[in-house]
Amino acid sequence: MAAEQSEKKPTSWLRFSSPRNFYPLAGKMIPWFMGLAIVLVLAGLYMTFFVVPPDYQQGNSYRIMYIHVPAAWMSMLIYLLMAFYAGLYFVLNVKLADMMAGSLAITGAIFTFIALWTGAMWGKPTWGTWWVWDARLTSELLLLFLYLGYISLRAAIDDPNRAAKASGLLALVGVVNVPIIYFSVKWWNTLHQGASITTNKTSMATEMFITLMIMVFAFWMYTIAVVLMRVRNEIIERERDTNWLVEELGKEK
Amino acid sequence: MNWENPSQFFAMGGHGLYIWASYGVLLLFILVEIFAVKKHRKDITRRLKRLMQARAKMVEKE
Repeated sequence: MAAEQSEKKPTSWLRFSSPRNFYPLAGKMIPWFMGLAIVLVLAGLYMTFFVVPPDYQQGNSYRIMYIHVPAAWMSMLIYLLMAFYAGLYFVLNVKLADMMAGSLAITGAIFTFIALWTGAMWGKPTWGTWWVWDARLTSELLLLFLYLGYISLRAAIDDPNRAAKASGLLALVGVVNVPIIYFSVKWWNTLHQGASITTNKTSMATEMFITLMIMVFAFWMYTIAVVLMRVRNEIIERERDTNWLVEELGKEK
Repeated sequence: MNWENPSQFFAMGGHGLYIWASYGVLLLFILVEIFAVKKHRKDITRRLKRLMQARAKMVEKE
């Protein structure tokens, strides 16, 4: 009865805040985002290795930028998104918001590690060192620890509601680190170079900029696809006693 | 086109090690992440199915 009534209501995005409506929707969206990610990655890789010329100062090592910058941006954006969902959980008390936050964390941690790793790989031939304790690198390392702390805190608490509250608080407190990372190259004298792309000017050749943007969108599409996959797993685990889920799984296989 | 032959491509003007270590580790992490998420799904759906079958059997006995 209740389900029939809710279906007669005008469609509103809020109805996707229930796992029952979100689960099949996410399932339909995943192949599209993954497909787009693959197309964009292939285009981006072709541009990176066969179209853009070497840098006049750094030679070929700067080709690392095309994954370093997207990974670093994603590491910060995913954190902001994760904190946003954590906040949404506190305000609206919607389970799905917490599942989104939890599902974003692992991908965020991976991109943070990739930003640090590719930074080291780029730093060695460019600065002559793998690592320095400057503000940019140190605050990005702190971001990795925030992600790992968030993930372990969730894993350590059995009760889902308590885990959501404790980890959500950590996510929200840690948000202060994101502007510190972003502005660190302005606020302090760092070995890390300043931003090449800002809202009013770009100190980069057009084809390099396009290549970088293709890679950024590829990373976004991949992130959405893999996070939706993880959210669906989370829904299966938490809603396993509901009839709709059993029906839904029966439809899939 | 930046390269005249494959060995030039792999050498990347002497920066090959750094570049391939960057792209290789990214590829590895993405493959492991996708594999882990898919395996998790397979594990939990299998567990759920077994649970359903066990429940159905109990109902039959009653």
